[in-house]
Amino acid sequence: MNMTYDLIVIGAGPAGLAAAQAAWEAGLKHILIIERDKEAGGILNQCIHNGFGLHLFKQELTGPEFAGRFIDALKQTGVELMLDTMVLSVEADHCVHVVNSASGYQCLTGQTIILAMGCRERTRGAIAIPGTRPAGIYTAGAAQRYMNIDGYLVGSRVVILGSGDIGLIMARRMTLEGAKVLACVELMPYSGGLPRNIAQCLKDFDIPLYLSHTITDIKGDPRVTSCTVAQVDEHRRPIPGTEREFECDTILLSVGLIPENELSRQTGIVLDPRTKGPLVYENMETSIPGIFACGNVVHVHDLADNVAMEAAKAGRAAAQAVLNGPRSGEEVSVSTLPGVTYTVPQHLHLPVRDPLVEFSFRVNRNYGKSRILLKDESGQTLARYQRDFMVPGSMEKITVPQVLLEKRSGGLILSVEEGEAA
Amino acid sequence: MYDVIIIGGGIVGCAAAYYLGQYDVKTVLLEKENDVADGTTKANSAIIHAGYDPQPDTLMAKYNVPGAALAKELCEKLDVPYWQCGALVAAFGEEEKPQIRRLYQRGQANGVPGLRILEKAELHQLEPNLAEAAVQALWVPTSAIVSPWEYALALAETAVRNGVVLNLNSEVTAITRQAAGFTVATTSHTVRGRYIINAAGVNADKVHELIGKKELTIQPVKGEYYLLDKSEGDRVAHTIFQCPTAAGKGVLVSPTVHGNLIVGPNAAQCGPDDTATTALGQDEVRSAALKSVPSINFRENIRNFAGVRARSDRGDFIVEESRSVPDFFNLAGIMSPGLSAAPALALAAVDWLKGKGLLKEKKQDYIDSRKRIRFKELSDEQKNQLIEQEPAYGRIICRCETIPEGEILAALHGVIPAVSIDAVKRRCNAGMGRCQGGFCGERVADLLMREHHLSGLEVLQDKAGSQILVAQPKGRR
Repeated sequence: MNMTYDLIVIGAGPAGLAAAQAAWEAGLKHILIIERDKEAGGILNQCIHNGFGLHLFKQELTGPEFAGRFIDALKQTGVELMLDTMVLSVEADHCVHVVNSASGYQCLTGQTIILAMGCRERTRGAIAIPGTRPAGIYTAGAAQRYMNIDGYLVGSRVVILGSGDIGLIMARRMTLEGAKVLACVELMPYSGGLPRNIAQCLKDFDIPLYLSHTITDIKGDPRVTSCTVAQVDEHRRPIPGTEREFECDTILLSVGLIPENELSRQTGIVLDPRTKGPLVYENMETSIPGIFACGNVVHVHDLADNVAMEAAKAGRAAAQAVLNGPRSGEEVSVSTLPGVTYTVPQHLHLPVRDPLVEFSFRVNRNYGKSRILLKDESGQTLARYQRDFMVPGSMEKITVPQVLLEKRSGGLILSVEEGEAA
Repeated sequence: MYDVIIIGGGIVGCAAAYYLGQYDVKTVLLEKENDVADGTTKANSAIIHAGYDPQPDTLMAKYNVPGAALAKELCEKLDVPYWQCGALVAAFGEEEKPQIRRLYQRGQANGVPGLRILEKAELHQLEPNLAEAAVQALWVPTSAIVSPWEYALALAETAVRNGVVLNLNSEVTAITRQAAGFTVATTSHTVRGRYIINAAGVNADKVHELIGKKELTIQPVKGEYYLLDKSEGDRVAHTIFQCPTAAGKGVLVSPTVHGNLIVGPNAAQCGPDDTATTALGQDEVRSAALKSVPSINFRENIRNFAGVRARSDRGDFIVEESRSVPDFFNLAGIMSPGLSAAPALALAAVDWLKGKGLLKEKKQDYIDSRKRIRFKELSDEQKNQLIEQEPAYGRIICRCETIPEGEILAALHGVIPAVSIDAVKRRCNAGMGRCQGGFCGERVADLLMREHHLSGLEVLQDKAGSQILVAQPKGRR
């Protein structure tokens, strides 16, 4: 069976939903969203804490409520939603191979495709924590699903490795359900989570945060009985003699998210080793014309609001591609200097349609008062922005009026400089 | 009253059960855990060694080559993933070249076919990611890789289909002798039988001493491993060994039948139940591996694990009737090349039983094949036909490995049903991929609950006592 859509969106999480809505509003009428779960919403369905929608809707919504806004809006459109369906592969010629129980295995074609597969959690193996391999070790997101979707506590005495947002949220969540969270252990000298989560999830519950520490051993079989936590030096290596033992039955790992690009890789889409996501243009188009990507699959976000706004860009771009033909323009690279871990987009097609060009990026350490500089290859500064502080845990965004880019010579370079303004 | 009691459901015990299932005798296999292959058999290098390594006058040499040939046949018959990828034993420097020559000669003496010594240029052409320092290697075309737990499961399932009784959760606690045979008490049932085959792995000495004198000692030796993501799976095309030392074959780098890269093991004495990995052990394995293949990207590691070798105090396999207890046969000290030798070792026990006057006739019609549906290997039409018959094959549960609900249901309702999340993983690979069950674990738990009528609080990660959920604060859904 071969059905051609204007747009196929892979994933009905916040990115896929927002992309489909934007594509519909921009005029596409044959849109299909494919979702592997039994309902739309993606990871938002298990994020029952609030704080979503502060920017987009000026409200504090829970994850499911935020997803619900898009799901309800889509019900008023002709966008099709195929649930309980897994995408097995995407061909470079835009054939999407899917499988589900109802219709079996099919090939669907989209004139444009938007990848919105989100990300997966980094596992214990990726950081090679030594010790036993008992029950009681979970990634924070998996524990969150057991708690919020299934109603089960995964443990009663918990040590959390990683102070990223998911770990912090779960520290509070498990405490509220009666578990004792003994500590949050963070490898770096600063936390990776949003400052408001440190306050509302650790400080408010008197859960100690051990910066520059890591778990060096896990004991217990068939269930965790304890773990060893040690301080680390400036090279992140454990310092002998600083070990302390925590008697616990549960370890939650919140040690990073990895964009889930197995499909993208198989399709032959070029990935950025810094983000682990596709290289994209300002309109979220990948290296394959007509295939776009948005949300956590491109780079790991902190705020669902930003995911939705980025996804809307991709949705509008897909609509433009179908209605007005492919993008053209001069290819302009965007590179970074040390201090900036990555930027999205990694390149531009100039001139762009919008008068403004957005760059999202992260710094690789805490910065105090600093300047963000957008220069060209000749060293000319095209735009500068002030910040009071920047942290790796918060994605930064600058919006550059396109006219400022017109006088560039060569590619663009994004950098940050600490200190008072020159 | 059984004719034969096999103690130990690892690869050797399962192989013995498989062969005995072909005869008109009553056999019971006793396994202490809640699944077969849950000890050393699931935690090793997964290599079917060609047989050049053991000294020619040892039992290891005697059983390795025939065992490896039988392994190939059995994996074919019983649908076990097996790939004859070949191996290279590399010399890193001129001073190691004499060792290569010695291994070549040993291999010839042991009857290993096709051995050749490759010089530097040919070697690096065959294996471009090998370290520059590799100057020569023994090329071993018959060396193979296998899925060791699926191998043991296939043997055990076939045995059960042929009438062998499998008693899980049956740790042997006492053995006594009566006129007619043995009485074996376990943590579940007590069984009686005329002959005992002791295939109890790291506990073989303890099992023997329940009734016999101290004639064998097992010194457990731990080996640690890294298992890397499929993105590293083609880092090497063959199994890469370094020259062996007194401690053993050393750290290898190899593709796996599942498409991953496995690196390890080291060797460190330990207790019989000590499968924890260690910082030192992991570092040792990692540095040794980088010596062979400097470009391994360890950031792509998905799992560390350790297995415990059952090393005997005789420096060799122990394949003999107990010297103090007649009718009690020891298959003990089965460390490397134990996985490779297993079917040949089992046949040694079969021969011993024949010598006792048992096993006169094979059954008329015994089952000697097995087939498992692997959804991702089917053609598009086959996929569709299957889904039409069984819609559960249309719902993919494990995204990383493309495993549908149908395969998980087959695991939950198979000949030896899976009773834990890891048992499901061993049968159909759900949870074996790069997210290590982060996504599918909860869905597998759900299916376990539904199909085995368990509450969430009863779902096990693997062994007894490994419940994954501890409370249900919101009450029942």
